[in-house]
Amino acid sequence: MSTDTILQARVLPNRRQDHYLVNAEREAQQRGLFDVPIVDCDSHCYETVCFPEIVAYIESPNVRRSFQFTSLESIQANLIPQNLGDRNVGGRLHPGGGYGAQEGAYPLDERGANLHPVAATTLRSMDALAIDYTILFPTPMLNIGLHPDYDMQNELTWAFNRWLVEDVIPNDDRLLSMPLLPIHDPEQCLRHIQAFSGRPGVVGFMVTCLQYQPLHRNVYMKVFDALNERGLPLAFHSAPNWTERPFAVLDSFLGAHALGFPFYAMVHMTNVVLSGLPERFPNIKWMFMEAGQAWVPFTIARLDNEYKQRSSEAPLLKRLPGEYIRDFYFTTQPFESHDRASDTRAMIDMMNGSQTLLYASDYPHQDFDTPAAIWDQPRFTEEERRAIVGGNAMKLFELSSPPAGVSAHATGARDAEDVR
Amino acid sequence: MENHTTTDPGVAQRYRVCAVEEIAENGGVLADLGHREVGVFKHKGRLYAYDNRCIHQGGPVCSGELLGATKLELDEGKQARREILDEDEMRLVCPWHGWEFDLLSGQAAHDRRYRLRRFNVTVEDGVVYVDA
Repeated sequence: MSTDTILQARVLPNRRQDHYLVNAEREAQQRGLFDVPIVDCDSHCYETVCFPEIVAYIESPNVRRSFQFTSLESIQANLIPQNLGDRNVGGRLHPGGGYGAQEGAYPLDERGANLHPVAATTLRSMDALAIDYTILFPTPMLNIGLHPDYDMQNELTWAFNRWLVEDVIPNDDRLLSMPLLPIHDPEQCLRHIQAFSGRPGVVGFMVTCLQYQPLHRNVYMKVFDALNERGLPLAFHSAPNWTERPFAVLDSFLGAHALGFPFYAMVHMTNVVLSGLPERFPNIKWMFMEAGQAWVPFTIARLDNEYKQRSSEAPLLKRLPGEYIRDFYFTTQPFESHDRASDTRAMIDMMNGSQTLLYASDYPHQDFDTPAAIWDQPRFTEEERRAIVGGNAMKLFELSSPPAGVSAHATGARDAEDVR
Repeated sequence: MENHTTTDPGVAQRYRVCAVEEIAENGGVLADLGHREVGVFKHKGRLYAYDNRCIHQGGPVCSGELLGATKLELDEGKQARREILDEDEMRLVCPWHGWEFDLLSGQAAHDRRYRLRRFNVTVEDGVVYVDA
């Protein structure tokens, strides 16, 4: 080592980089990911501070008054269903760069010229992560499916969808949405499908926190039929709920979070398959979100084994359950990378993941994945990497190639002074 | 000259970071060296320097919390009694995903096979230097 010349290091204030995703941006550059089409099929906004805008779309005057006469803190605490658990492990995690007194708060970017702050904030993180398109979902409103008052679900879902589709997504062609469907109310679902399908940036619909609705019942068929007519994807976004009986026995959020996401995905995917919904509605693309991957081969093995012995209980099926499931789509986050790369490879092969996995960051939530989490998998071919980080989604959602130079990196417009 | 670590002999350049008293006990600084960032931490008067890149997904691990390891104390009947943060076993926690690393070794707390990249750190005339 040479000590002839000693250079001066620059000490960064408070041990903070210029922004939260500096390292992700560097790694994307090193891997050439800014030249690879990347579609993020599950990112989130923190819409709480935007509730005054959302509330304006609530149609019921009394529900609207409830929100207008409640502080933002109380809205989140008292008017929207909660999801118990310390996501940040006692302040160890700082999702989205919330380091200050508002630990865990995701700071909105107010400086984007002529852009809605949610759009500006999302685009900045997309630029750092080398993401060309993102499908934007809520955060607190993800729990709306847990609200016991179905009228409140209807009102809030309608208001949120209008706000997202009319105020946020049109800010940039790179922003996409799958509006929420209040699945408990099929007539309302039809209203949403008719109102929002075909709108700019709308690429499908999503059901959040589905827990106890039996999707095989006839009352839901009109919803599936409307989606089938349009050939639209229908996604199910899981959520853990520590307070529910199966999980309340666990002594940590870790356990509830690990099992809660795949649990309901497993239940409803099983119902979708065994009730023959893919046979009845062959144009629907079924998509399951934020439940990882390991549960999929498990479910395939369990259902195939049972079906061989009791096929008369699922008379609409023309193939093994697993064959339908291998045609379904699954978002990658959290990507369960095994210690042995061969195990990861086997997991992906068992679920036909090369064809059906859709990269998802879940950013800015605390367990987000960068595109490199997929790109660096040693047993994936270059073709598979490209398919999973973007190609599969481009086909599924019929997206055009990302506009050349859309990224701030490509234009060189961004510098260290211009980031959070 | 006080040499705190002797690892990573392949590196070639010495950097002046700061005065040693600028690094608080059980605290640290993050130094931008131009080609990389290095976190320098102090525990029981010794300094430890690590690459600001988590081995999990590349997060800025040296921007993270420095905390004692969580220990669960059991009584003689193996019943859980209380949790403590053991400051004799300091952990550096990546702010992205929470991977925890033993400050003294850089090894991941959940699997000692994984470790952060460590750099040589010295103190000379009250000034902290890193070789990286």
